[in-house]
Order: sequence, then C-alpha cells, then structure tokens
Amino acid sequence: MNKIANRKVICDVLIEHAKTDKDIVVLCSDSRGSASLKPFFEAFPEQSVEAGIAEQDLVGIAAGLASCGKKPFAASPASFLTTRSYEQCKVDCAYSDTNVKLIGISGGISYGALGMSHHSAQDIAAMSAIPNMRVYLPSDRFQTAKLMEALLQDKKCAYIRVGRNPVEDVYTEDNCPFNMNKANFLREGSDAALIACGEMVRPCLDAADLLAADGIHVSVVDMYCVKPLDKEAVIKAATNAKLVLTAEEHSPFGGLGSMVSQVVAANVPVKVINVALPDEPVITGTSKEVFQYYGMTGEGIAKRVKEALL
Amino acid sequence: MANLKALAYKLRQDAVDIIMAGGGGHIGGDMSVMEVLTELYFKQMKISPENKDDPDRDRFIMSKGHSMEAFYAVLCQKGFLDLDDVKKRFSQFGSPYIGHPNNKLPGIEMNSGSLGHGLPVAVGMAIAGKMDRRNYRVYVVTGDGELAEGSNWEGFMSGAMYKLDNLCCVIDRNHLQISGPTEDVMALDDLKKKVEAFGWHVLSVDGNDMDALDAAFEDAKKTKGQPTCIIANTTKGKGSSVMENKAEWHHKLPTEEEYRQIIKDLKAKEAELA
Repeated sequence: MNKIANRKVICDVLIEHAKTDKDIVVLCSDSRGSASLKPFFEAFPEQSVEAGIAEQDLVGIAAGLASCGKKPFAASPASFLTTRSYEQCKVDCAYSDTNVKLIGISGGISYGALGMSHHSAQDIAAMSAIPNMRVYLPSDRFQTAKLMEALLQDKKCAYIRVGRNPVEDVYTEDNCPFNMNKANFLREGSDAALIACGEMVRPCLDAADLLAADGIHVSVVDMYCVKPLDKEAVIKAATNAKLVLTAEEHSPFGGLGSMVSQVVAANVPVKVINVALPDEPVITGTSKEVFQYYGMTGEGIAKRVKEALL
Repeated sequence: MANLKALAYKLRQDAVDIIMAGGGGHIGGDMSVMEVLTELYFKQMKISPENKDDPDRDRFIMSKGHSMEAFYAVLCQKGFLDLDDVKKRFSQFGSPYIGHPNNKLPGIEMNSGSLGHGLPVAVGMAIAGKMDRRNYRVYVVTGDGELAEGSNWEGFMSGAMYKLDNLCCVIDRNHLQISGPTEDVMALDDLKKKVEAFGWHVLSVDGNDMDALDAAFEDAKKTKGQPTCIIANTTKGKGSSVMENKAEWHHKLPTEEEYRQIIKDLKAKEAELA
C-alpha cells in the first residue's frame, strides 16, 4: 500500500523547483498543514504567503501576484477553494487570465465524517463551467508529479484536485507516461470502456482485472484532464465498445460523466453509465467506507458493467 | 495643478459623451471619482503607454469597475486608448469597450465588475513588489457601497498584516449607492475608525479637491510600515446640479435636455478653473 499522498508530492515538486525559481509562491489559508505544504513554508518563507482563513483574499492575492510575474500556487481545501472563492477563481484568475494554480486539497469526500460542508462533490462541474479554467484530477502520486512539472511550465490558470489520503498506485516511477491534456489508456478491450479521473482510476483498473477473469475485456482510460477533456480518447474508447462507464468522486451532475456523455452521444452513440456520488449528503464514513457503500470500488464497478452487458 | 483641476472637468465631459454614445453607464460614480483618477494618472503614478509593460510601473486597479466611463476618459487622455474609437464602439456588438474594466485593453491591469475584488488583488501586487524589491506603488479605487463585501475586509487585514506601505486604497466615499444613502442601505460610519482599527494609516479628505488629494497621496508615499487608505469624500454626480447627490443618477441616462445642461455646467466649471 502506497503511503505517500498526492498532496505531499505537490509539496516535494514545488520545493525542488523553488530552489532555482524565485517566482514560485505558495499561498495557504491556514491550510499549510492539511495541504502538506508546511515544509515549503519552512524552506522558503520569503516565497510563502499565509492568507488566514480567507479564501477570497487567498485567490485575489494569488491573482495579484501572478499579474506581477509571480507563479502562485494557492492551496486550500477543495470544498472552500471552489465555492467560497468561486467568484475570485472566475474573475481574478480565469477572466483576468492570470497564471494562478489552484490546488484543491482533500477533494471529493476525503474529509469523510466531517460532513457535507467539507466535501467538494461539485468542484469539477463548477470549475469546468468557467471559461479559460482547466481542471485536472491526477490518479496517483507519480502522475501528480508529472502534472505539477507540466503546470510549472505554462502560464495559464488551472484547478488541480487531489484527495487527502494516499491512494494505491496506478503507475510506477519508471512507467508513468504523461502527455499534457492527453488521457492514458491503461487497458485496451472491446467489451466496454471505463473512463475515470482522480481516485476512481484505481478501482476501474481493479474492475478490469475482475472482469478479465470472467472473460470480459474492457478499456480503462485515465482522464486526469477533465478540462480540456481528451475527446479523441473518449471517441477512441467508445468506438466498438458495447458500453461506456464513467467513474468519478463527484456529484452525478456536470462532472466527468456529463462531459463524456456529451462526446459519446455526439460521436459514437452507445450506452453510458455514470458511477458517481449520489445527489444528497453522503453517508457518514471514511472514504473507503463511503466508496464501498455506493459501489465505487473495483467489485462495484465490475458488477455494474456485467449487469449492463447482460 | 490648475490645469489638472480643469482637466478633471474636461474628462467628465468625455465620460458623459461616452455614456451618451453607448446608451448607458454609471454616470454618478464617474463624476464623483474624477479628481481621484486625474490626480493618480496625471500626477502620482509612474504609468504611460510607453511603460505599460515595465515591471517597475505603478499598478492601478479600478475595483469600482462600473465607473468605467470615467476610466475610459482618463485612459484616452493618457494615450492608452482613442476617444473617438471608444465613443464609436462603447457597449456595441463585439466591442472590447465594455461597461467594466477589460484587461485585454492597453492600460488595464485587471478585470473587475463584481465588487470587492480589487483590494485583495492589490494586496497581491503589493506583496509581489516587496518580494522583488521593486519600488512601484499599487493603487486601488473602491466604491463605498462596495465595502459591504466582506472580501474588502479580508484585504484590509492582509494589507496591514504584511505592512504594505507600497499600497494605497482610495475609497470613493460619495455616500450613495444604487438603492439610496449608504448609511441606510448598510451603514459604514465611522469608516475612518473602522479602517484604522484594521491597522491602516487613514486620511479623510475632500475627494473632489485636487489639492487635498495631492497632499494625501504625498502623505501616503511617506508612510512606512503600513498601507494607507484615503477616504475621498466626494459628491456623487459632481459637476452639475442636474445630478449631484441624487441616488437615481447612479446609472441614469440623461435626456437630451439634461445632457445639454450637464455639459454646459461642466464646461463652465472647466473654463472657471482653466
């Protein structure tokens, strides 16, 4: 079991680059601990900004820094970053076209039993609906590192969502292919196509293995780039498939499932099933318990595929 | 200074003409803020079309973005934009000249429109200046009704926390907002004490008096260790009795008759000051 959370990897990459790039600035909203960014604040105090529990100020300050040539990374729990400061993300980052990287930590239902106030099951829909905003949900620590390296090279704003807890690896250190804004095909099969993002990629891989044991061969697509969505990959995966299944740690509305459905319906019409959180406050529990309850596991996803293919 | 005082009244006429050409605008706040903008763009700030990309230029953010016609008039006079082109295309289909700041236009640093955005962004610009040890100053103009937005007070906190003496926030204190007097809609007073309590150096001056503004901005530049807030006490609709201190002139479009009277009043004042 991997013990390294994606948020820690983000900190490691930023520390490495900050050694030579004095324009990198990390901002937190009393969230340096939960964002695993304390080591950055300690190593580079002059490149760190604490905004206090004030997410609107956090994002506004980041935009001001960016407009003066800085490379700000504003990290705050995804639930607050994408709702309390939504207008700043829209106006100060996307509309003003500033190079602000918004790091939504403890995304989805990472905070488990803390309740719906701390869950971000709407962030993909909300952030994707903003013109000029990109949305990325890396699936594991290796991909998170590659994504961060890529984001350090560009000058546009983006929203990155990661979970709180370490997740099982999808890739390995030596085998983590990464092309910016291009999805990865992790398995290829013609019976069904499983398209997932973030923490739901690993369960889809598990489902693929379970299904293969039953003679059902599915594609698995890691769509870490939810926006811009890799439409070519969606079309490729859906072509000749009897079924497309999307999986995301998000509300059933406006997320990856909605976007993939649009592309599939317009290009290669085939049945699409969306595996997502329900449209209600989720049941109390750890991420693992909640995913288990709603069938967002390898077994649950394999079951949904089999039922749909009957 | 005498010429700048007259210039403010010439620019008011330009703003009114832009509003008439576009068929709408926020005329009351355009008039109240004009001395502040004139003082900043023609006296205080190191900013010009030639140095618009210079990292050492002073930064300006129009947080009360709806006073865009006043901002257009100033940007045209300063040479960033062409007044005839602005008048011809303001608010027209496909035009870049919209009713709020558009940073795709030269001379405009950041977009605004929704209120309460400018001060936090200005704090970020001022922090960047400190980090890079540049000596530019950051100016942000907010409205007074706008201060009901909580994000401003987050910005007041962080501005003081980081001792941003390169930051100056000007509040266009015209005491009126769209629904009526600020003190009836959401009371702000004692505004000076409030901002002082947040750790800012606060000056309260006649915001339509350019001499008073000049002294205040000079004072702000000399203030070290804390940001300065200038409460510019202004008159909404300043310059013509047709609209002065009347809440309905927040965004009223003058009739032809009103327009003639407004321009006549503004021209008379310009001539008096020239």
